[in-house]
Amino acid sequence: MKFKSLVIFLIISSFFLTCILSIWKIMSTLQGLSFTNLNITQIFSIGILLSLVFVLIGNKINHLIKIFSLSFIFSILYFYLNETSPYWYIFGIFLITLFFMNKLKKYSMESLKEDFISEKIIFDFITLFGIVFFAFVILFPFYIMLVTSFKTQIALLVNPLDFSLDFSKSLTELFKSYFVIFDTYNFGRYILISSAVSIGTVIVTLLFAIPAAYAVARLNFFGKNFLSTSILIIYMFPAIVLVIPLYTVFSQLGLRNSIFGLLIVYTATTLPVAIYMLQGYFKSIPKEIEDAGIMDGQNWFGIILKIIIPLSLPAIASVALYVFMIAWNEFLFSLMFLDSPKSFTLSRAIQYLSGDAETPRQYLMAGSVIVTLPVLFIFVYFEKYLVSGLTSGSVKG
Amino acid sequence: MSDTLSKLEKRTAYTLVLPAVLLVFAIVLFPIFANVWISFKDIELKDIRIPEPRAKKIVKSISENRSELKIIYKLRNSSLIQEIRNVQFQDKFPKDISPINLDPKCNFQSKKVICNFGNWEAKYRENFEITIKNNNGESIDKKTIKSQKPILSGKADNPLLSTNFTLENFKKVFYENNFVELLLTTFYFTFFGTVGAIIFGILAAQLVNQNIQGRTYMRGILLFPYVGPVVALAYTWTLLLDPNSGTLNALLVNFNIIEKPINLLGQKYITMSILGVEFKLRLALTTVIFFEIWRYFPLAFLFILARLQAIPQSLYEAADVDGASPIQKFIHITLPQITAIISILFMIRFIWNFNKFEDIFLLTGGASGTRTLPINVYQQGFAVSDIGMGSAVSIVIVMLLISFMVIYFRLIGKRANEV
Repeated sequence: MKFKSLVIFLIISSFFLTCILSIWKIMSTLQGLSFTNLNITQIFSIGILLSLVFVLIGNKINHLIKIFSLSFIFSILYFYLNETSPYWYIFGIFLITLFFMNKLKKYSMESLKEDFISEKIIFDFITLFGIVFFAFVILFPFYIMLVTSFKTQIALLVNPLDFSLDFSKSLTELFKSYFVIFDTYNFGRYILISSAVSIGTVIVTLLFAIPAAYAVARLNFFGKNFLSTSILIIYMFPAIVLVIPLYTVFSQLGLRNSIFGLLIVYTATTLPVAIYMLQGYFKSIPKEIEDAGIMDGQNWFGIILKIIIPLSLPAIASVALYVFMIAWNEFLFSLMFLDSPKSFTLSRAIQYLSGDAETPRQYLMAGSVIVTLPVLFIFVYFEKYLVSGLTSGSVKG
Repeated sequence: MSDTLSKLEKRTAYTLVLPAVLLVFAIVLFPIFANVWISFKDIELKDIRIPEPRAKKIVKSISENRSELKIIYKLRNSSLIQEIRNVQFQDKFPKDISPINLDPKCNFQSKKVICNFGNWEAKYRENFEITIKNNNGESIDKKTIKSQKPILSGKADNPLLSTNFTLENFKKVFYENNFVELLLTTFYFTFFGTVGAIIFGILAAQLVNQNIQGRTYMRGILLFPYVGPVVALAYTWTLLLDPNSGTLNALLVNFNIIEKPINLLGQKYITMSILGVEFKLRLALTTVIFFEIWRYFPLAFLFILARLQAIPQSLYEAADVDGASPIQKFIHITLPQITAIISILFMIRFIWNFNKFEDIFLLTGGASGTRTLPINVYQQGFAVSDIGMGSAVSIVIVMLLISFMVIYFRLIGKRANEV
């Protein structure tokens, strides 16, 4: 029993070590180091040895001294086996091994005798592995997007794996792609249009949604239930089936290529979510407060303006942020309705750029960074509001 | 008293709701019904413009005499296929200026020339001339004449409103369009995209729900793909997967994992062999599905995490007392608690994936075996310019969606309230 769990422990832990070291190696390769072999078997066998020594030593030495000395030995060993690697790379190896050893802390020869220990080991390391895996898989494309925007076409052609940034260059050199897309491709204008459309959508949506949500939450009227169910059903309906009729009607009305047309469509498509999210919050406001307002002789307008809105500012803020993000990220309608570069939104402009096969990719990525940064910034900054809103109202995508 | 109050309440409610309802009706509901109308018509992109009469005004001097000018109106019907009836023409002139030898179709009244051109057939063109002279004998300023634009009006049928209907579009959708393959591709994409997103969502939620450092950061990072703009993300992936200089292929070749680059987004099939059994994998479709999973598992993750955090800790403590293993705890405590949310997520994501257009459009444009129904709407409507056909495909989508929703509300509708 103990032997079996020891074997599982050794294999799983060194598998984990191999994974993180491989990711480190891949990331270093992208900094211009020329590795051509992942050396998985080598690292795996050293990892097994390392874990074995770790549990064999057990509590005989202080934990910190133990992990430092073991990591140090491992790094030295690694350095001699791969002589060409620079010092910062070995230092990274040292830190990773240190981190790995620290995770092994709770395992010793004694703990391997516990019940279900092999399942626990598997769970533990799958958790660790999972977190590293998810973080890598998610952040890697964003990383590539960012670093590509700082490279030049020639550098990328010479070595497609070298994403190292040359900080010795002047800032204008480094940010060249950004200057180009602003100067040559007019991205300043597109940022303005995108902001105008998104902020406009937020304002108009709130203007329509707050009264409607109040009515649905508070007032009794014929067709109320029907309305609240249809909000959900409409929300499920896809934009793609609206495209052809809207295109034809907008063409005939001359609303294509106009920001106004886009604004109407964005407002109408975000209204159902906005109403749904707001009415949920309005329902949670105690009715007595409103009754007091009615006693004071307020009409519904006064009640909404003076009681409901001030009390539900957090909810309104999160709806506003959502609507902003939806409008900012929207692509399908801007593809359909905008074909003159004068009225492009950011997303449409980037798609237009990519239509020309000659466009260097770093311009494309610089554009992508510009369109991505505001949403990520809003998201990170207001995450708390947004996450609670996401689970209560759910945002389409 | 209470009666009038409730009446007032109703009236208020309708005033509050009406603007939003009207807007949503005009932009969301009306097009769904308009699709039905258009789908029964033989109509192309170029037909949707209402034909209008147009005139270009050219002003020319006649010989030396500056008090007389010749004006040429280049008249035409903007439509190549439809006639315009009863074309009226009107142009205004400064005072003291009058036409000479006016065409009998026209007359001159209070400084205006008004003409009645009758009907113009499709592609109609004519150069129409008027000679004007200044009654004072002074020279006429060409620019003032030119700056006055003629006004034309005429009646033409709006091709959208005509009552010629045909079943051709639906016949084409079902028989000519490789409909079965289209449906199968859509189904693969939707089903595997949904299942994959939910599986990864469960995994991620299970991870983040444990006591680890930096849990909130992890939750934020996991949501990045979901909140990022689709255009930026799709192009980044295209760049990553590019066969010629994409990072992924370059890495795989560099570490000798593959011999030569694989065109992950441009190759329809790849032959794989697992345990000696050879089979063909829809490569581009699989890649697109993976992108879809990458982008949408965060939503599943978030919902499942919220549910996991609501599970009372005492259940797990009781299980510990009973000596349950981690796997047993997952199967007997966690899983039953999240089945309801998973079934709802499955349906929601299924419907949304079924309608997904942008992701596939930006990654492959529908090429190499990734043509799904929504892509087909775009291709028919805007690439082939057959609007009627595009609408017919939209109708098919709507019908399928309605049936999904009926199933959804039958199966899970009752459960939705429990969550």
